[in-house]
Amino acid sequence: MAQRAVSISLRLTSGAAALLVVVLTLGTLATVGWRAVPRGGLSAADLSAIRFTVWQAVLSAVFSIALAIPTARALARRKFPGRGVLVTLLGAPFLLPVIVAVLGLLAVFGRGGILNTALGQFGIDPVSIYGLWGVVLAHVFFNLPLATRLILQGWVEIPSERFRLAATLNAPVFSLLEWPMLRRVVPGIFLVVFLICLTSFAVALTLGGGPRATTVELAIYQAVRFDFDLGRAALLSCVQFGLCAIAAFLAFRVTLTEGFGVGLDRVVPRWDGRVWLDVCVLVLVTLFLLLPLTMILLRGLPALLTLPSEVWPAAWRSVWVAGLATGLTILLALAMALRGGRVMQGIGVLPLAASPLVVGTGLFLMIYPFASPPRFALAVTIMVNAALALPFALRALSPAVATVESDYGRLADQLNLTCWSRLRLVILPRIRRPLGFAAGLAAALSMGDLGVIALFATEDQATLPLVMYRLMGSYRMEAAAAAGLLLVALSLGAFWICDRGGRMNADA
Amino acid sequence: MRTTLPICVAATFTATVAAAQTPTLNVLTYDSFTPEWGPGPAIEAAFEAVCDCDLVITGAGDGAALLSRVMLEGGRSDADIVLGLDTNLTAAARESGFFMPHGVDADLDLPVAWDDPDFLPFDWGYFAFVGNAGEPAPTSFRELAESDIQIVIQDPRSSTPGLGLLMWVKAAYGDEAGAIWEGLADNIVTVTPGWSEAYGLFTEGEADAVLSYTTSPAYHLIAEDDDSKVAWPFEEGHYLQVEVAGILANTDQPELARQFMEFMVTDGFQSVIPTTNWMYPAAIPDGGLPDGFETLIAPETALLLSPEDAADARTPALDEWRNALSQ
Amino acid sequence: MLTLDRVTLTQGDFRLDADWTLQAGGLTVVIGPSGGGKSTLLAGIAGFLQPDEGQVRWDGKDLTPLPPGKRPVSMIFQDNNLFPHLTAAQNIGLALRPRLWMSTTEQRQVDDALARVGLTGMGDRKPGALSGGQQSRVALARLLLADRPLVLLDEPFAALGPALKDEMFELVRTLLVDSGKTVLMITHDPEDAKRIAEQTILVADNQASAPQATEALFADPPPTLSRYLGS
Repeated sequence: MAQRAVSISLRLTSGAAALLVVVLTLGTLATVGWRAVPRGGLSAADLSAIRFTVWQAVLSAVFSIALAIPTARALARRKFPGRGVLVTLLGAPFLLPVIVAVLGLLAVFGRGGILNTALGQFGIDPVSIYGLWGVVLAHVFFNLPLATRLILQGWVEIPSERFRLAATLNAPVFSLLEWPMLRRVVPGIFLVVFLICLTSFAVALTLGGGPRATTVELAIYQAVRFDFDLGRAALLSCVQFGLCAIAAFLAFRVTLTEGFGVGLDRVVPRWDGRVWLDVCVLVLVTLFLLLPLTMILLRGLPALLTLPSEVWPAAWRSVWVAGLATGLTILLALAMALRGGRVMQGIGVLPLAASPLVVGTGLFLMIYPFASPPRFALAVTIMVNAALALPFALRALSPAVATVESDYGRLADQLNLTCWSRLRLVILPRIRRPLGFAAGLAAALSMGDLGVIALFATEDQATLPLVMYRLMGSYRMEAAAAAGLLLVALSLGAFWICDRGGRMNADA
Repeated sequence: MRTTLPICVAATFTATVAAAQTPTLNVLTYDSFTPEWGPGPAIEAAFEAVCDCDLVITGAGDGAALLSRVMLEGGRSDADIVLGLDTNLTAAARESGFFMPHGVDADLDLPVAWDDPDFLPFDWGYFAFVGNAGEPAPTSFRELAESDIQIVIQDPRSSTPGLGLLMWVKAAYGDEAGAIWEGLADNIVTVTPGWSEAYGLFTEGEADAVLSYTTSPAYHLIAEDDDSKVAWPFEEGHYLQVEVAGILANTDQPELARQFMEFMVTDGFQSVIPTTNWMYPAAIPDGGLPDGFETLIAPETALLLSPEDAADARTPALDEWRNALSQ
Repeated sequence: MLTLDRVTLTQGDFRLDADWTLQAGGLTVVIGPSGGGKSTLLAGIAGFLQPDEGQVRWDGKDLTPLPPGKRPVSMIFQDNNLFPHLTAAQNIGLALRPRLWMSTTEQRQVDDALARVGLTGMGDRKPGALSGGQQSRVALARLLLADRPLVLLDEPFAALGPALKDEMFELVRTLLVDSGKTVLMITHDPEDAKRIAEQTILVADNQASAPQATEALFADPPPTLSRYLGS
């Protein structure tokens, strides 16, 4: 195999990117821990919190992936009007602010929701969503679409020529082409979903039904806010990182890293599979996703016109902060994806395991001795948003970059295309789809992120999620729903623009 | 040598200019205080009219986040006044040593006597369960526990009202608190991280009642012209939430800060509170309370643990709570 | 003049030795059983594989420290010779400079190359819209423009029909060999060797033998070649 010479500038850029991520995650943890050395170990309550946290994260990830695979398969196989819209919509639930999504879910599955009303018509006892399974349901709602999208990307990358070959041979498509692809792609996605659910806070508590559903993140919150026990917060955050490391290790062991050979960008219909099964899956998933989203729309529309004036500058601020954060995310993710390797992948996963509260507190402690933190609020928000979106961008970009390198690396070497020209002429054009997706994800995530801004106390630099929470905290639930709807619309809009830009002229 | 003279001149000039500028008073408070629909803007206008200064009000999360921030800053905060702690947090705040006595001797209209030299109340409220009018309303915790009514509460580990409820049961029942919680376990639909999620769930119909304040129905009545929400009066009495402000010891504007604290218990500040913060003012303004407040329930007994007792009782009460609800 | 000075190439647990000199100019064919190491040999010359021992030299200059793009070598692979997202003209233009748009002079040069391979006017098509034969010609046109003295071809015309293949060989001869380039071509068909190549290199049994005159070689094949030919 050819030894790929890694250019100096790539080394520097990816090194700087990795360093930034490490500082924002492990560095902030170290700052917090250094400020107050942990005294004592973990209490029994902490241990049961860890147990619950891991268990619900595993279940959520398993169900998300298990349902995502047939959905992605159905989407990869079938062409139908509205497919493009559905694929975009698949990005939606993940991007919703948690409380907006939870209320939407409850409008469908809750005590007074559609499901129970329908069951009541048939005289069946109402179903309670609260508890472990409610948490899993909500997590699946958030993550199934994202997982589907990422797995779909893997499917789309199998060159059409292979399917043609399999069709003419009447060969089993699944074991021949799809299983190797899944083996390559799923462990990384499982890891991402697992970690998202691991650090979940509001969902786990609100739908969990009570203190049995305590997560490590809540324990960290309590340690920082109510007990001022930074040492314990640091210890718990270490535990979270430890769990992340274990999960990452397991996921990487299972992953194959092979390219697929190259196709000529032609889309080819497939001749395998039963249509009705695919249709069923797609209809169910669409309903599952669309119903809560529709409820969110209905709740928010009435008050949209009477929103307080503070909302609009906050919305604008959210937009340009998201724009900058997206640019930074793509820069970091590209550098790290191009560099490749286990180390970069490992570092890329770190932000998922970090507790936002610890990150914010750590940054605050880092900045405070030198300057007044509020002045840095937006800069810090941009950096942290970029770091938090990085794992997803990396998850979307890495396989694509690896494929391009293995397919066209030799040719590019032969033509003396190095560094910038290689990036510009070969890599970027061929990763447009995942690049658009990654940019869209980053933009939407940043838009909806409450982030560290609360700790940096900026009252004339509020972003839209912050204004929404302020409305909620002052009884103004309809206005909050409308602000939430605006936020969702902006997030989805940003996502759609980036995603569509990537998919134009590239066969989806 | 040649450059130091201009620098000296510049420095003197700047200092003179600075001295002639209006002083700035920084008030750190919670997030729902600062927006245009909160108390912040009106209070800022009222105070700047009398103080010849620039009042800057900054929001920083909720009450617990406020104190957390002060602790993080280690006493070197830019803020002069912290406004929005409640009595569950004042013990820890005092212990930090970052606050200094406010020196204000005011006539307050609280249901309990107030003699804390470091913290001055600006508003207060009774915790209560808020339900829908016309539905069964229990009159005590025991009655609630025995019924099938579904309630939603907040987590005491992440929310000050949640902590308030914990203290309420503790103050009312002492050693029997654990048994009460066990009885309530089947009434609780869920536990939310904060007040707004719980109230949102309640308004969406997910529960029959939510832990909130006796003043919550006032919002619906006055701002939305909706009289369908009522607070349930309990025989045991209701726990108080008293919100306070304190002066930070390292302030560079001690005179101005004291002036603000005095202003805080006068009409200019207090008259804004009822219809923006939806709590009872600490000192009832001359105009009295707004119309609609008279429809609110007025508990006969007000419960309040002293800050020190509350701090001591917290951990055992939390354990009790957790054990009872984890069955 | 291409010199492989006691070169050992390793790929995994496969090892190939070569120690010979090839005079400049002319068409030399590389034949041998599959898996024998033909592609490995070319990879070693092109710079995709570093020799474990020995040196690869061109005109006395050691090529070993040079990356593939900087060597005086042009190569056509078995597949993936064109970037599917670029037009034929842009693919060819990459030989001049790594840019997508070209000056008028460069445009003329590209058009010239297209004409010489018989693809006038097809510059704006993407590879997906070209037949197999046309794609091979575009790759050839790029070789022309790159104008490097040593050309390596790794079974470039394997998928084409006999008539088309002959056409391509004709092009290789007239455009490359006749202008003095040294062409090394892998083929799996010994008839090709006999037809078009002056010299043949046999790669078998972990050994790349020295180039020999094709006629002589086939007239009196060594045992390995006999086995390969099946005669």
